[in-house]
Amino acid sequence: MDVGAPAAEAGDALRGAGIIRAVKDAGVTYVLSVPDLHTAGGILAPVTADKELTLIRTCKEDEAFGIAAGLSYGSKRALILIQYTGFLYSMNAIRAIACEHSMPMVMMIGLLSKEPGVPPAQSRRFGLRIIEPILDVMGIERHYIDTDADIAKITPAIRKAYETPKPVALLIGRRPV
Amino acid sequence: MMNRRACLEILKRHVTDEIVASTYSTASEWIDVHDRPLNYFSFGAMGLASSHGLGLALARPERKVVVLDGDGSLLMNLGTLVTIAAAAPKNLIHTVWHNGSYEANGGHPLPHGGVDFCGMARAAGITKVHRFDDIRNFEQRIGAILKEEGPVFVDMVIEQGPLGPRSYDEMYSPSRRRKLREALGA
Repeated sequence: MDVGAPAAEAGDALRGAGIIRAVKDAGVTYVLSVPDLHTAGGILAPVTADKELTLIRTCKEDEAFGIAAGLSYGSKRALILIQYTGFLYSMNAIRAIACEHSMPMVMMIGLLSKEPGVPPAQSRRFGLRIIEPILDVMGIERHYIDTDADIAKITPAIRKAYETPKPVALLIGRRPV
Repeated sequence: MMNRRACLEILKRHVTDEIVASTYSTASEWIDVHDRPLNYFSFGAMGLASSHGLGLALARPERKVVVLDGDGSLLMNLGTLVTIAAAAPKNLIHTVWHNGSYEANGGHPLPHGGVDFCGMARAAGITKVHRFDDIRNFEQRIGAILKEEGPVFVDMVIEQGPLGPRSYDEMYSPSRRRKLREALGA
């Protein structure tokens, strides 16, 4: 269930500073991450220097889902910043903690090597084509973030995830700058 | 080796307002020994009890968080030792209940029975590490260990079984989760 049509045009920009501002506007204070080449420069690097965000570097992506669940019991909001391969690795934790236990898990998923201007479902890469169908079959709301125009989706999506509570996936289409 | 239930009865005498995050076999027995709102049950994604505990410890720095992990569970998430060492929460005590088996999965042995969990914890960067295989020693020292500044790692060498009587669904019921949130004011 894609909420909002992609606003992507090849050549448009996606600025990490705008993404980080939108995440903080939603009340997020923790970022839990395994580095992803797709978001390492545009998002993770500035997060490391942001005094309003606490970065917890995990060794594997599924750790982040346990940490985020524990943080929620202290009313702390977290962003799980991972690559699509880490999303696939974490499938059992997402199934249990996010879906069956209805915990507020906010996943920002980097679509590494997605072709510019091409929707994920039409990518030549198998691993990218399967991400949206997997989210759909798990009933996880998803938002495609490909240009600056899409950044407006982020804050309300995170707030909704925590208020419902339920998981949400923010798919980062192009590499943020 | 120690009897798990006897150790948990000793732990019960020292637990006050700590959050106790447990998983699978040890959870079933702990909740039977000391049923209380501040029990957190990690369930559904085996291996993540210590990650849940880390999140709790970061979110609630004013409270001690005691994780009752399993040895099979910890082996599924060894990176957690490095993550905990780096985050270095002062209020986290990570215990692993070490009986050499996947007890909750039918009692089959771990791939290797001689795992040195204390060595792994030290190598990951956790400096406060304890190992107990004698219940009298555990009884004498656990009170002081619960007062140590974390992160602390404790290897509990125990006998296998018997499994505790509580069901996973009952331990993870919505009412228990609500009571925990209420107790934490979350």
